[in-house]
Amino acid sequence: MHKSTLKRYFSQNLGVVTASLLLIALYVTYNFMHPRGFSTAVAVQNTNEAAAIAFLAMAQTLPVLLGGLDLSVGAVMTLSNCVASVLVNGTPGEIVFGMLATLATGTAFGALNGCIVVYGRIQPIIATLATGAIAIGLALIVRPKPGGDVDGDLGWALTNSVWDFADTYELADGGDAWWLQPFVDIPVPFLLVVLVAVCVWVPFKRTVTGRTVYAIGSAEGAAFMSGLPIDRARIAAFTLGGFFASCGGLYLAIQTSSGNADLQQAGAYTLNSIAAVVLGGTSLLGGVGGAIASLVGAGILRVISFYFRILDIDPLLQPLIEGMVLLVAVSFGAIRTIRVKNKLDLFR
Amino acid sequence: MTDSIVEYRGISKYFAGIRALQSVDFSCKLGSIHAVLGENGAGKSTLIKIMSGVLQPDAGEILLDGKPVSFSTPQSANEAGIVCMFQELSLVPDLSVAENISISHPPRRFGLIDRREQVRRAEELLARVRCEDVDPNAMVRELSLSRRQMVEIAKALGKSPKVLILDEATSALTSRDVQTVYDLLAELKAEGVASLFISHRMHEVDALCDTLSVFRNGQHIETFAKGEKTEREIVHLMIGREVEAQFPPKPPAPSLPDQGEPLLRVRGLSWQNRLNGIDLSVHGGEIVGLGGLDGQGQKELLLALFGVLRDVDGEVVIGGKKGIPSSPAAAKSAGTRLALVPEDRKTEGLMLGMSITDNLLASSFQRISREPFIDPVLSRKTVEEGISRLQIKTGSASDPVMTLSGGNQQKVVIAKWLMIDPDVVLLNDPTRGIDVGTKQEIYKLMRDLANAGKAVLFYSSDYAELIGCCDRVSVLYSGRVVAEKQGDEITEESLVAASLNIDVEAA
Repeated sequence: MHKSTLKRYFSQNLGVVTASLLLIALYVTYNFMHPRGFSTAVAVQNTNEAAAIAFLAMAQTLPVLLGGLDLSVGAVMTLSNCVASVLVNGTPGEIVFGMLATLATGTAFGALNGCIVVYGRIQPIIATLATGAIAIGLALIVRPKPGGDVDGDLGWALTNSVWDFADTYELADGGDAWWLQPFVDIPVPFLLVVLVAVCVWVPFKRTVTGRTVYAIGSAEGAAFMSGLPIDRARIAAFTLGGFFASCGGLYLAIQTSSGNADLQQAGAYTLNSIAAVVLGGTSLLGGVGGAIASLVGAGILRVISFYFRILDIDPLLQPLIEGMVLLVAVSFGAIRTIRVKNKLDLFR
Repeated sequence: MTDSIVEYRGISKYFAGIRALQSVDFSCKLGSIHAVLGENGAGKSTLIKIMSGVLQPDAGEILLDGKPVSFSTPQSANEAGIVCMFQELSLVPDLSVAENISISHPPRRFGLIDRREQVRRAEELLARVRCEDVDPNAMVRELSLSRRQMVEIAKALGKSPKVLILDEATSALTSRDVQTVYDLLAELKAEGVASLFISHRMHEVDALCDTLSVFRNGQHIETFAKGEKTEREIVHLMIGREVEAQFPPKPPAPSLPDQGEPLLRVRGLSWQNRLNGIDLSVHGGEIVGLGGLDGQGQKELLLALFGVLRDVDGEVVIGGKKGIPSSPAAAKSAGTRLALVPEDRKTEGLMLGMSITDNLLASSFQRISREPFIDPVLSRKTVEEGISRLQIKTGSASDPVMTLSGGNQQKVVIAKWLMIDPDVVLLNDPTRGIDVGTKQEIYKLMRDLANAGKAVLFYSSDYAELIGCCDRVSVLYSGRVVAEKQGDEITEESLVAASLNIDVEAA
């Protein structure tokens, strides 16, 4: 008999379901422990800290689905961040142009990565190691010293709640319109991430190109033999990755109202993006997972760091504990191998 | 030849200077089922890979419907109506059955894939191949090999082919599905579709095809209608020499009670719901066959004995010692050594990218090392022995094993295991997808091993092999031995009856 739809969804998406439950449990507990838990202020602060890594986790998801890694996501974010710190100011028209130019920069860089991987026939991990360094180099040319003057209103509006957004731009009666009331407490960064995920990732997954990305990661030979557009899907995956990374960079610029070509920060973001992807349940072998799962993974990663503040743990211990938590979390994925009755299945 | 849909004119193809096809003229008519026969390495795969756009010919031209065409990718061949089902399945394990079936041209709505329509289409096509039991939303990964093959067929049908190429398409199917495929091909034939059929099973070719073409050494030898030549003549065309007796002679059937303790004794072996209490014994010096329909637990039995499965219940005595080996490593190095020639030589038998030498030595490093280093002189000697013992046709032993033909690859797998001088040899369908000549060498080798006092346990999906090779045959049915035949009792009739779990004498 055919399994029921819900049952099948759970069995086929065990990784992301588990991760989501873990995230909810962690975040609710955190709010209980926080002196001002369940308040808009806390939610706004948390989502602000999580937005950039959330975008980067989505960016990393696509190369991972192909069975590769993109070591340049942090650098592309940094490059976009620096471009935004120069361009996103002035008249409303100039601001919009600046934002589009920022996103175009990252997207173009992603496309470049894709072309190098496809036409240069270079493995993604090494191609992006090189292009990542190039991106940082370009970022340093754009912004040799940290700084910039990103539009202040924009910064305020996008890093607070929906009411503040409406208030800043005098929309919906300055945020007091009756129809806006159910939404006024939602943090804008949360909405931005969801908006990008729903408007870009979800449709992409349902195109032939998107499906080809999964097919390549799962069985490249079969994908080729089925006559799928392999090269196009590869380039599209890296391009979309670049787009998500530039979303992260743009947000970071708006949030800090500045740009900073910081090599360490870029590296840390890249590694965290990989951790987020894995925590969400996407397989590093490719073919299984998705960007929504990575958002959950990014959430878990950030919530763990929130705990350091309320539990008053020595910041020096933070890397140690984060590493251990990550190790324990990914170990859950290994549990299935204990249940495998045919040892040959472990290698398939 | 006005009604030929595909026509080759002087097609040649070379790989690194080695001829794979040489000025081949070949054509295939609408509404025919056309068998392509030949030993492995005869050029059959190259022929169909060129037709389906995977390879491009070095010389010559292809006409489709009388017009010259050239396909640079499988996609362009598909668009022209040529659809190929490959031996190596072209399904993506992490996508669902429905997604796989319409993978290249999914139904769309508003530019996005319409999942509901996709499932509906999958159900329709699955019903056409009588696989209503396959859930269109299940991941391909969850399906058995035989189900996957049927999905592959459904996927090919979904492309509404004008020319359908089946490369060893029935090798993994159950008999019921084979019948379904036969019916389907007959339907397609009536619709005017041309089917090209590659198979190593003569009775299949006999039952199905109307036209036969024989290839040898990259050349098209002859095309003729079915019934024009006897089986013997066809085999002669394929190998280019007269075949002697196909199977080596068996020794007179020994009376069992005198043989003493068997080398391998199995009692009540159970695992999951696939093995349900298997009783079996193999003495030194005999070849015991495992019969039955596909998927009745034969493969699991061999894996269980080799220490691959977890949580196996039952009693196993190997060479007087109780217990199942805990892993393949333990199985090959115990007092009584076991060797398993696995089902899939490409993934379980060989490291395709590594050299013939490395593959041959992979199981026997302990024997050729002076700890902790591998002795180069000893290893070279061992490799040379292995190559000459099985007459593996190689350029150089340092070539990657993937450069060999299928039959020679299988010989490498067998030679690798013979190097540990095993006492019990387990063989899982070792002749699947292998040419006639190599098959005969493998039969002879099995007999030689038995004559040297080894115990051979041999699973084959081909009844003729079981009849020709085995001293005894145990027939499995849903994880149990339902019949044991020996000597003259081993006939096609008795094996078929037992594998369907019916009693001919009683009926």
